[in-house]
Amino acid sequence: MAHPAIGQDQQVIIGIGGIPALVRSDSPDFLRMLERRYSGFISAQRRGGFEIDVELVPPAKITDEEEVTVRFAHGKWKIERGDLRAEWEPDRRRGRIVQSANPYSIDTALRIIHSLILASEGGLLVHAASAVRNGRAFIFAGVSGAGKTTISRLATLDAKLLTDEISYVRRGATGYLAYGTPFAGELAEPGENIEAPLGGLYFLEKGPENILEPLSGPEAVRMLLANVLFFANDPELVSMIFESACQLVRDVPVYRLTFFPDQRVWELIG
Amino acid sequence: MSAVYIARAIQVAARSLDGEMMIMSARDSTLFTLNPVATLIWQMADGETPLEEIVRRKVCAEFEVAPDEALRDAESFVNDLAGHGILLVSDEPIMIQEGMR
Repeated sequence: MAHPAIGQDQQVIIGIGGIPALVRSDSPDFLRMLERRYSGFISAQRRGGFEIDVELVPPAKITDEEEVTVRFAHGKWKIERGDLRAEWEPDRRRGRIVQSANPYSIDTALRIIHSLILASEGGLLVHAASAVRNGRAFIFAGVSGAGKTTISRLATLDAKLLTDEISYVRRGATGYLAYGTPFAGELAEPGENIEAPLGGLYFLEKGPENILEPLSGPEAVRMLLANVLFFANDPELVSMIFESACQLVRDVPVYRLTFFPDQRVWELIG
Repeated sequence: MSAVYIARAIQVAARSLDGEMMIMSARDSTLFTLNPVATLIWQMADGETPLEEIVRRKVCAEFEVAPDEALRDAESFVNDLAGHGILLVSDEPIMIQEGMR
């Protein structure tokens, strides 16, 4: 149900991963900024999503936390960083953010809320680039400098980039799906707002030649978990993430991809 | 030396993949991959069977290893996992309540 005191000009719906987030604020300027930042992901659909009220405050240190902290207490996730304080109630699918009028705080809160929602349904947010080619999605993970941005830049014309930074994976009725996200990395461009069945997961390393090696299950889980975004050491959440990672590597082929940075690497993809 | 009893902790995620047991501590997110001997000890950690008996009856029966050496390795492994909250260790049998797992 829409907030009774807030009109359409005081809310915007940001749909990421097929999950719409209805964001409310009493600042039209802030909402217009969000519409520009998430321009490919503004949605009219709100079914199955969640709601966020944003309270804007003057720019100042809001909490003492330098790094982001995520804690669960009394049915709510509490998210804090110096520039934001947020709450997320998973049962009610409602949240609230206190921040100044900047795009970065809400971007962080949205990533965390999406990661919590995904964890509860067997999905994952992965620090990885991803792209769709020939109707299937492929994820490219690795440490900083491993080549996520490089392989994104080298993508062939028939590939559509889902993200060069944060890959969004959900478990569907017939398998895993990867979605485009607006969370951009070095390319500073949002991904395409599309989805496709996940066809493969590649862990990148740069090298003198292109080599594709299948990974064993345990090695794949170790490498995947090292690249999964999860922000809380909540025991139940950790268990869910672990189970999700194990299930994904059972269902999706996982490779180590050593590549020389030119377009020929894409001959090995798909 | 008094008997040592071991039990699998409750808040632990474990999965066997390609024949290897992977365990993640839900407390600090540390990930362990157990070798076959460690996997056997993990599976036998019922809180009732002393570690020495697990080593003597199971480990030494299934793997070519001397009992003293196997017990030393087992104690080291057990202490390591206990440090991450993955195994419970006691000098008395450990009662595991119904429905805890």
